Amino acid sequence: MFNHTILRRPTLRRLALVLLLGLATHTAMAQAPVRPSAPEQGMNTDTLEVKEKELLGQMRRIEGTISIPDSRAAVLIQPDGRTWRDYRRGPLLWITAACVLGTLALLALFYVIKGRMLIAGGRGVATLLRFGSFERFMHWLTAGSWCVLALSGLNMVAGRAVLLPLLGNDAFSEISHWLKLSHNFVGFPFAAGVILMLLVWVRANIPNKVDIEWFRQGGGFIGNRHPPAEKFNGGQKVVFWIVVLGGGSLAITGFALLFPFYVTNIFGMQIAQVVHGGIAVLMIAAMFGHIYIGSVGMEGAIDAMNTGNVDLKWAKDHHSLWVAEELAKTGKPNPQQPAE
Amino acid sequence: MARVKFLCDADRCIECNACVTACKNANEVPWGINRRRVVTINDGKPGERSVSMACMHCTDAPCAAVCPVDCFFTTADGVVLHSKDLCIGCGYCFYACPFGAPQYPKLGNFGSRGKMDKCTYCSGGPEGADGSAAEFAKYGANRMAEGKLPLCAEMCSTKSLLAGDGEIIAQIYRERVLKRGYGSGSWGWQTAYQETVNV
Repeated sequence: MFNHTILRRPTLRRLALVLLLGLATHTAMAQAPVRPSAPEQGMNTDTLEVKEKELLGQMRRIEGTISIPDSRAAVLIQPDGRTWRDYRRGPLLWITAACVLGTLALLALFYVIKGRMLIAGGRGVATLLRFGSFERFMHWLTAGSWCVLALSGLNMVAGRAVLLPLLGNDAFSEISHWLKLSHNFVGFPFAAGVILMLLVWVRANIPNKVDIEWFRQGGGFIGNRHPPAEKFNGGQKVVFWIVVLGGGSLAITGFALLFPFYVTNIFGMQIAQVVHGGIAVLMIAAMFGHIYIGSVGMEGAIDAMNTGNVDLKWAKDHHSLWVAEELAKTGKPNPQQPAE
Repeated sequence: MARVKFLCDADRCIECNACVTACKNANEVPWGINRRRVVTINDGKPGERSVSMACMHCTDAPCAAVCPVDCFFTTADGVVLHSKDLCIGCGYCFYACPFGAPQYPKLGNFGSRGKMDKCTYCSGGPEGADGSAAEFAKYGANRMAEGKLPLCAEMCSTKSLLAGDGEIIAQIYRERVLKRGYGSGSWGWQTAYQETVNV
């Protein structure tokens, strides 16, 4: 036991010394960056100078002050551009290819398996007004401008990979110039169309119990059953909200990009472009489905947006609750007959 | 052939903006366009440094990668040039550039930014016709064709801004840092060339 204390004492002392030394060096190190070596004799530029490497490690971008009137030029280095380039060169291209080609392939497969969905027993004589002229106007305003925007947008993303080798630099550049201009201007009627549709159709597109049942029964895609639906069935309500929310965010990010620096800086514009491009290709996929089922996919569906008058049998199959409501409203047991 | 680069020795830059003026004069760029600019970091504080910055003519340039119409070309010297005939003024290069180099004559006027303009390393345009009046009007001076370096670097009063073969200017900078004992770094090199000048 005596031996033990003798042995322990120098060990303790050594430990205390190490601790003290450690503390001393630690405080010295902590002070080092703050200390100008000789404040009375002026600053030491060696220890105080700002270093690019350290700034790049600390900050997202290096910014300073500038004497020319363009204050935006005060941003010296922003390496985020490389990340944005990688997104544009890689993922965005693949997402676009998957959305466009994948959806087209799926729809073609669906058509081969299911074929055109026909009106059971063929078209009848009686029709019912489904969409008035204003409703059709705002739909086609949005749809038409959407087509221009989708094509010109796809050209911005994939034209260099797909069209440029076919057309050559000069022709492709000329076409892209006009497509870019159209994209910038047609964005306004598109946004107007989306706003109009939101105002006019939002009440009829609030999801409710009928939609849950509609989805539970497979929306009429499985077998030949037609689940009950109001003016807009569950699927159409999904399309409505995709257009309103997706189109809305496309409009917001698009306008932010259209007016550089009014809304956000370059980092914000990179984010806006990522969101804009990503949502746009997803919407293109969704709209392919919408266009398919509204045209070749289903007999009678296009009438709703063409003349506005749909076949009564079709309406009873696909929008039974709406038909009942309409007939009750007009008080006529028989809907309008064709003019001839 | 040499791989030309810019290197701004910020420890020598006195923020006189002569490079900015020389660039404007040599290339007769339109109002509002600054191919080169001087940014001061920590202005008025101890350790303040000024850096002259323009297009760094990056290796694997982001602008060239994102351009929807593929209008960029890299010369045998490593200079990144773009064709104003092909440019559609979309602004993509401007999102991608880490150095804020691309400039537009009508920035902010929606839908029509005009053709992009940027530092050409005083190499004119990519279309050939070296030294012609048409080339000058479109792209500015072509000093490289005359065997001269960019004017900004050539007339830098403190020889802070260096232009020329990347290996040689890196060596000059390395020697300076060793001699004076400090250096704030080769600004932009890591981002532009994925390498720094190690001292």
